[in-house]
Amino acid sequence: MSNWLGLAGSGLVILSAIMMLALAFLRRKSHPVFRDIPAFTRLRQAVGLVVEDGSRLHVSLGRGSLTTPQSASALAGLALLRRLADLTSAGDQPPIATSGDAPLAILSQDTLQAASKFSDRTTSDPVGGRLTGLTPFSYAAGAIPAIRDEKVSANVLMGNFGVEVGLLTDAVERENSFVVAGSDNLTAQAVIYASAQEPLVGEEIFAAGAYVDSGSLHSASLTVRDILRWLVVATILAGALLTLAGIL
Amino acid sequence: MAGCCHHPGGGIAHIGRYPVNPRRLPSLNAVVSTAFAIASGLIVLAGYFIVQTANGQASLWTNLRLTLLNWAIILAGFAVFIGILNLFQVHFKKIQKKQKGALYSLLLILSLVVTFLLGLVKPGQMEIIFTTVQLPVEASLMAMLAVTLTYASIRLLRRRLNLLSVIFLVTAVLILLGTAPLPFLGTIPGLSDWVRPFLTQVMAAAGARGILLGVALGTLTTGIRILFGADRPYGGNK
Repeated sequence: MSNWLGLAGSGLVILSAIMMLALAFLRRKSHPVFRDIPAFTRLRQAVGLVVEDGSRLHVSLGRGSLTTPQSASALAGLALLRRLADLTSAGDQPPIATSGDAPLAILSQDTLQAASKFSDRTTSDPVGGRLTGLTPFSYAAGAIPAIRDEKVSANVLMGNFGVEVGLLTDAVERENSFVVAGSDNLTAQAVIYASAQEPLVGEEIFAAGAYVDSGSLHSASLTVRDILRWLVVATILAGALLTLAGIL
Repeated sequence: MAGCCHHPGGGIAHIGRYPVNPRRLPSLNAVVSTAFAIASGLIVLAGYFIVQTANGQASLWTNLRLTLLNWAIILAGFAVFIGILNLFQVHFKKIQKKQKGALYSLLLILSLVVTFLLGLVKPGQMEIIFTTVQLPVEASLMAMLAVTLTYASIRLLRRRLNLLSVIFLVTAVLILLGTAPLPFLGTIPGLSDWVRPFLTQVMAAAGARGILLGVALGTLTTGIRILFGADRPYGGNK
């Protein structure tokens, strides 16, 4: 049984990989059009404002450990951080990245340094990527001063959070700055929906790269995800119908 | 870098006739780290799919996967130490520059040093710090969060007046009324035994499964992008 499951799993991964490569190759020169997600439109505007008024961008990557499945949202956040660091490279100040997991903090610092190296920015912040705490609330308590005291005008909260994300969105609200927030955690999603200006619902956090022009593979992965979603829907419906008919 | 030369005046590298910014060329470090990361990712992935050999023993891929994951856990442990140094550096800089909140940074560093020393001198007593300081502080933050979320829910309609927000708030109120017994009234008939279970076990569970399936697909495509080396959160250069 486990071998069959392994075969099915590997088939799904290989199929997805082939589809992603094929779509990325076919669309390498075209610009795919996706449905409008207001959060990403406003994020682009906010990034433009960050560059214009010389303020800072703050990206919080949550506390998803890299050795757990929760790391995917943090990795998506890191890809977005890289792109946003590139987009704000003309600004006066480099972005800040906060996280609640030590390896994630190291990777965020590395990402910021790489972005700084590849841009024309002359200065880089040696402590731009920060570990603010190792427990949920200490992480939130440590990230709040970054939102409040460091001339931040736009915040991106993207990663694995818990209910503590409510403290971050509240701090942003008090500073009257912009926030786009999303998480792979269901509880955090409910909190974000109630408290953030621009919430990302469901898997929209994984679409961020495609919406900020991170490359053709990001756009292709978004299309592949849509195809797979329809396949899942068809499988569920077929399963339900077969069960109803007494075949399964 | 074959065919590469430096411009006599400006120090700009050229490949053939074309000027190239040397900072944008991938370094050897980036190439090696990318190759290692992709190879490790593929081995771990294969270890999940090829679990057993024909005679029922753990496959070579599974053993390699476990070894690589053990290495990752050890590295993650060491990363915590680096993370603590980063925390120290951030707050020390804040104190040095006398920035806003420097007093809190000083308090944090003092607490860090005291906890560290106590851990060295009396490792068995470390639990006291967690139960007398960390837990009450986190519990009070949780209590603050309850107020914050209530306030945020009230502001939700002002911020985003649409059908989804109305459904969100009505559902939240129904769940609250159906969960918490009211003074003098107790539980509300119909709400506690029918509406709340229907909302939580049917509507919310169905929605949550849909969202989790979407998250799983997002996780899959993010992983594939990293395996392709399109997203490289390691080694820096891209």
